[in-house]
Amino acid sequence: MKYINRKITFPENGDWAVEARGLVKTFGDNRAVDGVDLNVRAGTIYGVLGPNGAGKTTTIRMLATLLRSDEGSARIFGHDVVKEAQIVRQLIGVTGQYASVDESLSATENLVIFSRLLGLGRAESKRKANELLEEFGLTEAAKRPLKNFSGGMRRRLDLAASLITQPPLIFLDEPTTGLDPRTRNQMWETIRRLVMMGSTVLLTTQYLQEADELADRIAVIDRGRVVAEGTVDELKASVGNSSLQLRLKNTQDMENARQTVERVLQVQSNVSSEGVKIIAPMADANRVTDLLLAFRESGIQLAELSVQKPTLDEVFLNLTGHGVEDTVDLPGESGEVGEVGI
Amino acid sequence: MKNNTMESVSNRQLKNNTSFGQVVRNSFTMAYRGLLKIRRTPEQLFDVTLQPIIFTLMFTYIFGGAISGNVKDYLPVIIPGILVQTVISTSIVTGVQLREDMDKGVFDRFKSLPIARIAPLAGALLADNIRYAIATVLTFVMGYIMGYRPDGGLGYVAIAGLLVIVCSWAISWIFAFFGVIARTASSVQGISMLVLFPLTFLSNAFVPVETMPNWLQWFVKFNPVSHLVTAVRELANSGTIGTDFGISLIGAAVIVVIFAPITVRAYMRRA
Repeated sequence: MKYINRKITFPENGDWAVEARGLVKTFGDNRAVDGVDLNVRAGTIYGVLGPNGAGKTTTIRMLATLLRSDEGSARIFGHDVVKEAQIVRQLIGVTGQYASVDESLSATENLVIFSRLLGLGRAESKRKANELLEEFGLTEAAKRPLKNFSGGMRRRLDLAASLITQPPLIFLDEPTTGLDPRTRNQMWETIRRLVMMGSTVLLTTQYLQEADELADRIAVIDRGRVVAEGTVDELKASVGNSSLQLRLKNTQDMENARQTVERVLQVQSNVSSEGVKIIAPMADANRVTDLLLAFRESGIQLAELSVQKPTLDEVFLNLTGHGVEDTVDLPGESGEVGEVGI
Repeated sequence: MKNNTMESVSNRQLKNNTSFGQVVRNSFTMAYRGLLKIRRTPEQLFDVTLQPIIFTLMFTYIFGGAISGNVKDYLPVIIPGILVQTVISTSIVTGVQLREDMDKGVFDRFKSLPIARIAPLAGALLADNIRYAIATVLTFVMGYIMGYRPDGGLGYVAIAGLLVIVCSWAISWIFAFFGVIARTASSVQGISMLVLFPLTFLSNAFVPVETMPNWLQWFVKFNPVSHLVTAVRELANSGTIGTDFGISLIGAAVIVVIFAPITVRAYMRRA
């Protein structure tokens, strides 16, 4: 992948790239998206964070004109996604969770066809295809049919196909799910580069770390609703930079222990979903010493103590009061496969 | 991405409608995609290559003696019949492939591109003409090898071939409709076969109508497939364009007039 040497511009900075109001989508009895509001500023990376079946994919599909909302409205750079769908399509690139490229064709053929459809001439399409392949490190595999492509290569091709016309807004639906760490880092690099060049990126993810690495702002979405919205720092502040996990010898001490934790650390504590651990955000590591002393004084015995980075589970516990649940795959969400990042 | 600057939103020329020229261009690109796919997976041409060869051989030698006394006399009867049956059944694939295509991730991309909504459908129907052409040529070639010498001459045989292709294209709209509304590709195949079997066999394609019971003759004479078979026979065997030619074309037009709009509507609702 080549480095870009051009000046960094933020086109129409401050404008809204995405404005969604009260989006609702129902599949049968299931309200997959239940009144979602989103505002994404142009030139930023916006992360939509949530577990499987939370409604992330459905939301993106509505914003990308692939699905019509039952209620609510959305505008992309001021253009209504329903009334001005064709204009919106000229402003967006969509990279789905499962590769939205033609399996039976080669990488070059895929890019040439998409370029032709977008109105590029024959020679121009070829040139554009080669340029993108080179940029995404796919030149050697250009002629091979996609059946032999690895997951990472497929994602890269998929993203390349979304960038033919350099759309100002790019939707990435779980761009790194199922990728190995090295390929994932490459993908992050590419996403950052896109934004440096002035694109706006809206991505969904199940991983807090990914949102942390990339996003300027995050919306946490659960059961079709936005349960928290803010900058990465704001969101993290609510759970602490890392969390303290305590397992007690006697579960009878649970209530007592929680009170001690909340008194000494001055934070809100939670009980893990299995009901055996106390989880508390740890803002200041030094205070743990005080906490342990307090436990000794009140005779609370610990079985286990550990410090962990906040996980999606904890963000959820904190924001919703319930943990990440294994939601049954529902129609329209069937694309959302992959493990929950805990 | 390298040295070019990204155009800002306000500088872009945006249109909310698609021009007719764009519809045609996008459809041809989609047809080109169809051809590329055929080239990449030539095994999907098995049906259009093997069916004409096997069916022509089989039916001619099975029925030839019984119906016309010998194989050579049966050829002018059976070749047009087989031709129509083979090419029409090829058009089922349009629906099946359309369903398979619409279930794939790539269709999401097509839907998210600022292209004519109808292009993927139109392109598929357009690309399938190549299949009809292959089946048509192979059937005539098989007939020729087996000793069929159409009296109408090459010119009329070509017209007959074109007529069959045009009519099959029209019929493919029916299967395209099934393809759009069905839930799975195999159900498309199932429904289509159910429609096609009576239509091609309850016709004059293989046996003289006079040998059938009266009530059946009524249907067979009414069946558009019979008219198409007769038209092809007249063209290939005697070089004449009769009323059946006209009826076939009108029939094809009627199918398109009915099925094209409902297919397009159903497709647009899903696309």
